Amino acid sequence: MTPAPTTHRRRLPVGTALTYLSLLAATAVVLLPLVVVLLTSLKTSEEVSDGGALSLPGDWLNFRNYATAFTDGHMLAAFGNTAFILVFSVGGTVVIGSMTAYAVDRFDFRAKKLVMALFLVATLVPGVTTQVATFQVVNGFGLVDTRWAPILLYMGTDIVSVYVFLQFIRSIPRSLDEAARLDGANAFTIYRKIILPLLKPAIATVVIIKGITTYNDFYIPFLYMHSEDLGTISTSLFRFKGPFGAHWEAISAGAILVILPTLVVFLLLQRWIYNGFAQGATK
Amino acid sequence: MTDTPPAPPRTEPARRPRQTTRDGRPAGPAAAAARKPPGDTRTRGRSWRDSPLRRATPWFFLAVPLALLITFTYVPVASMISYSFTDWDGVSPDRAFTGVDNYVQIFTRPELFRVFFVSGYYLAASALQIGVALYFATVLSFDLRFRNFFKGILFFPYLINGVAIGFVFLYFFQDGGTLDSVLAWLGVTADHPWLGDPTSANVSLAGVSVWRFTGLNFVLFLGAIQSIPGELYEAAQLDGAGKWKQFRHIIAPSIRPVLSLSIILAVSGSLSVFEIPYIMTGGATGTSTFVIQTVKLAFQFNKTGLASAAAVVLLAIILLITWIQRRLVPDDKVDLV
Repeated sequence: MTPAPTTHRRRLPVGTALTYLSLLAATAVVLLPLVVVLLTSLKTSEEVSDGGALSLPGDWLNFRNYATAFTDGHMLAAFGNTAFILVFSVGGTVVIGSMTAYAVDRFDFRAKKLVMALFLVATLVPGVTTQVATFQVVNGFGLVDTRWAPILLYMGTDIVSVYVFLQFIRSIPRSLDEAARLDGANAFTIYRKIILPLLKPAIATVVIIKGITTYNDFYIPFLYMHSEDLGTISTSLFRFKGPFGAHWEAISAGAILVILPTLVVFLLLQRWIYNGFAQGATK
Repeated sequence: MTDTPPAPPRTEPARRPRQTTRDGRPAGPAAAAARKPPGDTRTRGRSWRDSPLRRATPWFFLAVPLALLITFTYVPVASMISYSFTDWDGVSPDRAFTGVDNYVQIFTRPELFRVFFVSGYYLAASALQIGVALYFATVLSFDLRFRNFFKGILFFPYLINGVAIGFVFLYFFQDGGTLDSVLAWLGVTADHPWLGDPTSANVSLAGVSVWRFTGLNFVLFLGAIQSIPGELYEAAQLDGAGKWKQFRHIIAPSIRPVLSLSIILAVSGSLSVFEIPYIMTGGATGTSTFVIQTVKLAFQFNKTGLASAAAVVLLAIILLITWIQRRLVPDDKVDLV
């Protein structure tokens, strides 16, 4: 967690104007491509082919393209599939990550160093490189073209969350465990009733990072789920472009439909998102 | 929390031996230590701690995580290495051992080797990205008006779905698209297909990557800068240090760990670019990257053996870079354990 920024209340430098100018330029660079796509999504097909990219739509409430993108892009099924994968993989990641952290931090056992090394070395193996062979493993289980392929892969290969939990679990006093143990609680009860509830902030971090990366992931669903009805929002949007190649108003609407939930989540959870990604990336 | 019983004072003695053993120091009663074989530091004061059930407990928690880790990380790495010495097509039951032939192909066939040079564009882009992120993190660590607004604007692209970004920028670089229109509005007529020739296309795609990933670097740097105690700046100001000196002597040293992490992420990221070029150009006009090529080899041309060798090469390069970074920055505060 970053401390409150109030410690930096200092006088503004002379180059304040230039500073603001650079910030405004950055804002324009970030927003312009997005705003143009938003405008395009509200235009009719004729407006797109006749007017320039920066022209304004004639009817600001023309949502026909959104309807096209939603139905022809199979967006309802896509959001359903993404939600299904999201729930299971995020839930699984929380359970697996916290169990691993609990076992490693709270118990002394012979192979502990080896277990830690296994998790540590795995962080160095980028998932994109091993998919050639991972595909054969998943294929061996008969899971290709099912929603369980991405769920298992998201759950099983997330080592960052193990570190987030590990770091947090160290700050939970061991006396709590010991007290419960003397009261007759077994290791699982301690994990379930004491550790897990106290891990809430870490769980929030993991849910946010995992949720957003799962929502945005293209590579895994693209490789493992070929069926049309198994599209996630990434792959459905990708496939939508095929038949609508030249209809920028429809494609733009599809892109905005996908971005909108992210924007809402970001506006609601800003502070947790910054902290979550800062923590997640430095692990 | 609420159903946790208050810790009775008698738990203290039971806890202490465990904590000391965690530090690696053999602790506990000397008698107990004597019963243990030499070298066993897991000295226990009580016998129930040594019961088989208790010793098995951590494995109940680790069984599933370890099974998943081994199945989806270590088994693939091992089988990938073994495939890389064969001509397997990924489907047929038989495969022939071909030795290092696949590796020789990767380094001698120019069309396979060329993808490494594409990474150069992304590497240059990463340098720009880190510079831009560092600038804005420094600027926004000072108390500015609309600070949170600018912070949000800079970070948001990082959260956007890659496919959506790809489409947004396809329209951006289109003929008569956003970029052309803006240039026309500024009085520049650019009659140039941005994604038309390899150099221009790669520069454009690398630019998209800067747009997308600057936010993450920015937030990392900002976090590091904000964890610097404010008194340091005040002391520096009293000593007459200007903004640049403050940056050079206070900010720069304190963000070194995050900077080195960002460089590692940038290098391994540049080598494993996939989404943006695949979505925007499909790897056409010389924009194919290492991962695009590997995916195509494996899943379109059924050359699992060759693709595995390519993936092994990439993995080796990334491990090598990480190792070099660990050696160069040994006092890395961004430690993994």
